[in-house]
Amino acid sequence: MSKRLLILVVEPDPDRAQPIADGLQQAGGHEVHIIAEQSGLARQVADLRPDLVLIDMANPSRDVLEELALASGPTERPVAMFVDRSDEDLTRRAIEAGISAYVVDGLRPERIKPILDAAITRFHIFQQMRAELAATRAALEERKIIDRAKAVLMKARGLDEEAAYGLLRKTAMDQGKRLGDVAQQLVMAAGLLGR
Amino acid sequence: MTTLRLGYVPLVDAAPLIVAQELGFAAEEGLRLDLVRLGAWAQARDMLGAGAIDAAHMLVPMPVAQALGLGPSLPTMDLVMFLSHGGQVIVVNRDLEKRLRGMGHDFAFADAVAAGAALHRAATGRLRIGVPFPFSTHAELVRHWLSRCGFGADAFDLVTVPPPLMADALARGEVEAICVGEPWASVAVDRGLAALLLPGTAIWAAPPEKGLVLRRDLAETRPNQTGALMRAIWRAGRWLDDADHRGTAAEIIARPGYLDLPPELVERGLTGRMTISAGGELRGSGDLVTFHRGGASFPWKSLAALFAQRIALAHGLDPRSAMDRAMAHFRTDLYRQHLRPAGAPLPGASQRLEGMLAADRTVAAERGSMILRADGFFDGFTFDPMAPVPGR
Repeated sequence: MSKRLLILVVEPDPDRAQPIADGLQQAGGHEVHIIAEQSGLARQVADLRPDLVLIDMANPSRDVLEELALASGPTERPVAMFVDRSDEDLTRRAIEAGISAYVVDGLRPERIKPILDAAITRFHIFQQMRAELAATRAALEERKIIDRAKAVLMKARGLDEEAAYGLLRKTAMDQGKRLGDVAQQLVMAAGLLGR
Repeated sequence: MTTLRLGYVPLVDAAPLIVAQELGFAAEEGLRLDLVRLGAWAQARDMLGAGAIDAAHMLVPMPVAQALGLGPSLPTMDLVMFLSHGGQVIVVNRDLEKRLRGMGHDFAFADAVAAGAALHRAATGRLRIGVPFPFSTHAELVRHWLSRCGFGADAFDLVTVPPPLMADALARGEVEAICVGEPWASVAVDRGLAALLLPGTAIWAAPPEKGLVLRRDLAETRPNQTGALMRAIWRAGRWLDDADHRGTAAEIIARPGYLDLPPELVERGLTGRMTISAGGELRGSGDLVTFHRGGASFPWKSLAALFAQRIALAHGLDPRSAMDRAMAHFRTDLYRQHLRPAGAPLPGASQRLEGMLAADRTVAAERGSMILRADGFFDGFTFDPMAPVPGR
């Protein structure tokens, strides 16, 4: 039985950090610590002496971890090293998932892999959720624009709501454009004309 | 139209990439640039390595460090041109400002000797200075400047602080000074936390700051795209170095899709008209950042050697072999091949003595002559890439 590892997750958003931590705990019963506060990150990492640090690839604080990875000299216990150099496929998949890992020197690759795999899965799920949320927002935004375009047509052409919608749809189909784009153009033109 | 994905960190010196797309320099070359905003320098390196972006806006010493094995195992990367010189600003907290003023320092924002001597007298204990990345021109500028102004190696610490967090780090006292690119120096001033002491160009007249970095395999196997991209960005840099265009440029890059900041704030770094203190004092620094003028984009191999020697000595590597390795990653050959058709002036040599030009100088070029920018150091330091490494 190998010893439990201490894994740090650096993530300010608790809704994101917690599922990752849970996933890692399930994956191997490791001790997982979340760091939300970015100030003094170097000191926090040095104090906790983790075996592995996971962080969003786009988190500006990554550059602080880069320094830590370089600073660990031969005599002191290395705080963190770059993710294992031997497994290019794992490195690439982690980058694609938007995750960076800093691994303590000497940690065997077969111990890192299941942890990273679990983290990559959780990061993917989160990215998907974020993309879905963005799509929902865009759809809402589009509906608002279409409502405004309908209102413009109803006023300018004396149409009822159904006829205005029908006219918008027909125009979009005739021009081979998306309904939202036609509505957007109409609203913009109406704005220019002061209607 | 070919689409290329370019990674950039939202800083004033990302302007050549943004302008290349927005003003049609890319379209003229048949390119559409998909500009991807990045949060960290390490992210630029990793995404480029993984092929998630085609090219990156990167700190000039980063591909040098990568060439020396001081980074993750990623495909080989090359710097094909410089995107900018200068733009770094040294900033002190209010407490240091007060002590410096108390000793009669004038905050002229120009004289590295006077500012360095004053800082040496004003500093109490070990001075902590924030820089954006371990491998950055900022770090090398500060080390060079302080070591020539009486600071021993144990009299100061360089601490990596992500630029968006620099002002907070000053506020919390984690660092007493920072060296950072715009707009982050001005942000610290506007928050009433700091005063601007010196532009990077007062230490070294032409410090190469950002480069365009590509994966070697892609740069070489897709020469048409590589060339088109380089020419589009080179022309964007030429447009940017017309002083009349800097205000317009500030408005373009300040937009929500890019830096998402007030244009007035962004304009300071581009025009060099800086508000240097919470009291609102103004100082001009015309050459604060240069994109094109005086052959600024030519990636001298001797500059790869200069950074490589310093990085190697700091990390216990053999400097001579480090210099040789790094020089192979500054692709003067690709620069000549792809920018010759655009009419870029090309120097006769690809390496030179660095720090030799006290003023702009006209020199022989591949065709006719060209003007090279002044590149002197404040202390007269020069660097010969072929000379034996000192102190060994």
